[in-house]
Amino acid sequence: MTIRDPVADGLAAGWKVTDASALERDLRLSCDVAIVGTGAGGGVTAEILANAGLDVVLLEEGPLRSSRDFHMLESEAYPQLYQESAARKTRDKAITILQGRCVGGSTTVNWTTSFRTPPATLAYWGERLGLRELTEAGLAPWFERMERRLSIGPWQTPPNENNQALLRGAQRLGLGAGRIQRNVSGCWNLGYCGVGCPVNAKQSMLVTTLPAALAKDARLVTRARVERLRIAAGRVEALEARALDAQGIRPKAQSIAVRARHYVLAAGAIGSPAVLLRSRAPDPYGLLGRRTCLHPTVVSAALMREPVHGHAGAPQSVYSDHFLERDAIDGPIGFKLEAPPLHPLLFGMTLQGFGAAHAALMRQFAHAQVVTALLRDGFHADSAGGQVLLRDDGSPVLDYPITDILWQGMRRALLAIAEIQFAAGATRVLPAHEQATGYDSWAQARAAIAALPLEPLLTRVVSAHVMGGCAMGANERSGVVDARGRHWQLGNLSVHDGSVFPTSIGANPQLSIYALTARNASSLAAALAGRPPA
Amino acid sequence: MPTRREFLRAGAAGAALLTLLRRLPGHAAAPVGVLDADERQALTAIVPVMLAGALPEGEAHAQAVRDVADGVEVAVAGLPLHLQEEVAQLFTLLTFAPARCLVAGVWRPWPQAHPEDIAAFLQGWRTSWFSLLQSAYHALHELIMASWYARSESWAALGYSGPPRLA
Repeated sequence: MTIRDPVADGLAAGWKVTDASALERDLRLSCDVAIVGTGAGGGVTAEILANAGLDVVLLEEGPLRSSRDFHMLESEAYPQLYQESAARKTRDKAITILQGRCVGGSTTVNWTTSFRTPPATLAYWGERLGLRELTEAGLAPWFERMERRLSIGPWQTPPNENNQALLRGAQRLGLGAGRIQRNVSGCWNLGYCGVGCPVNAKQSMLVTTLPAALAKDARLVTRARVERLRIAAGRVEALEARALDAQGIRPKAQSIAVRARHYVLAAGAIGSPAVLLRSRAPDPYGLLGRRTCLHPTVVSAALMREPVHGHAGAPQSVYSDHFLERDAIDGPIGFKLEAPPLHPLLFGMTLQGFGAAHAALMRQFAHAQVVTALLRDGFHADSAGGQVLLRDDGSPVLDYPITDILWQGMRRALLAIAEIQFAAGATRVLPAHEQATGYDSWAQARAAIAALPLEPLLTRVVSAHVMGGCAMGANERSGVVDARGRHWQLGNLSVHDGSVFPTSIGANPQLSIYALTARNASSLAAALAGRPPA
Repeated sequence: MPTRREFLRAGAAGAALLTLLRRLPGHAAAPVGVLDADERQALTAIVPVMLAGALPEGEAHAQAVRDVADGVEVAVAGLPLHLQEEVAQLFTLLTFAPARCLVAGVWRPWPQAHPEDIAAFLQGWRTSWFSLLQSAYHALHELIMASWYARSESWAALGYSGPPRLA
């Protein structure tokens, strides 16, 4: 069976793509709209603006890779497709952050989990933050539009055993659990979404919105790191970028400058604030790069009698929101439960310990079942998120202190998962924690987890969802941008990505970014094109 | 248990120590991202301890250690420059004999060090009160585990047959 590669086809058909690592002289471009980043926000924006007849230039720090390059190998994917080779960490190294760095951004490497923004989150934004226009009813058409565009719908194939175990354990304990919608079309149920879909079933930006925009003459420059916006008199005058070498590591001499009528930042919730910080953008209320949320995530492995083969089959097809819905949104930290894909490299890195003990656990890989708990940060008064800072070389780093209220949530989460895993039939449960030795019964696990010292660098904490830093605010005192993504101080700048969220989402954020971006890009297109977009 | 302030102080002291070490003659010239001979010896000594029980026995053992160490070097060369610099600092520390003795507790030079002493060093850093040493342990853990479990010859022991064929 031949697998169609829309990127290869498009390049053959004459897409205007420039690999900046091959530039021999500086590049000067002008256009209607310059978009920084090609992930969920940049991709959706590009398609909508290009459809409105606007001349679009996209800049991407990562490389253009497509299905012909995706060999289902972690060793290839992490260095090529992820920020910092999937080794990005918070400032104190306590949290590992998985983010894409390639054309399509994190959508190229995410696990296809698609949730609408939870109503409780929108209600909090409206009632507590004054973002009253972002209602469930008002956003519904935008969710519907993006669900159609990206083939988001129920996943009909039975869950793989890793997810089935989460479902079984939750049901035996009487906890609500459900099936996750996915953005796939003709999915082969392989389980390698995180290393680039080899069959183009995942409806990432790489195979949907970006090809559509490029087919309408949008231009794409890859391996271009945006250094700063040149700002004068309350407007962005130009965008300055630097070509990177072919590995995307060292800057080259060649520069790229783009002049546009309007600029859209869509570089993700670490990248977009970093561009504005480097640009010394106006920030009169000290909000830029602040309150960055992560859904800090703890991990628990279990051993099952029967093989699980957590690498095979769709990842994350089952979830439980029982512990999100139990308390008030700004009360004790709630968490969402999901079952991620297991692959040897990431599993080996995540599993604690070394030597014989680690090797013995790795030999149980085929029987390992893993559940993660994603904590809903950014709502409780003592969960104010982190702050994006710049290193001396201008690269960004996220300072994210894990507060006591979060540690309390993590302990409850590790307890809840252990109970579910035993209910699902686990013979042994092992929280990802340097001092956890593995427990043979729920009673033993309950006592041991209650006594574990939950501290940075002892407890494994990860994140695949960076949100905030250019938060929406009802007025300029409370946000970097307004609810349409328009910068409060810079008239021709918008932010269209996860950095506009004023709290965490409380669910995997891709569909929230798609829908909000579709809404905001449509109004931007109308404003710039002088007519409503098609 | 140390307070957060003590953690921070330990981190600052460690950072100052590393800054000092980087200025010592003989280290400044080491190209970032590529280990020099001493650093490679340290890595070669640590790999079989980190991966004890995972690497093949017998004749294949030495080659597996070389492959894992090569993989670590390739991975480091692919990291952003700020992380390459951190790894360089870590190996500077490991190969500065007084630090190897006093900070890592490994008294013999790396090629002669006993595996149990190396294991004690890893365990000590893993559970250290100094966050700098803890994070240094994690860096070694991640680089070495990733290098081995990226390799297809590690997969059979896991019951993992590798990516499926798409044909």
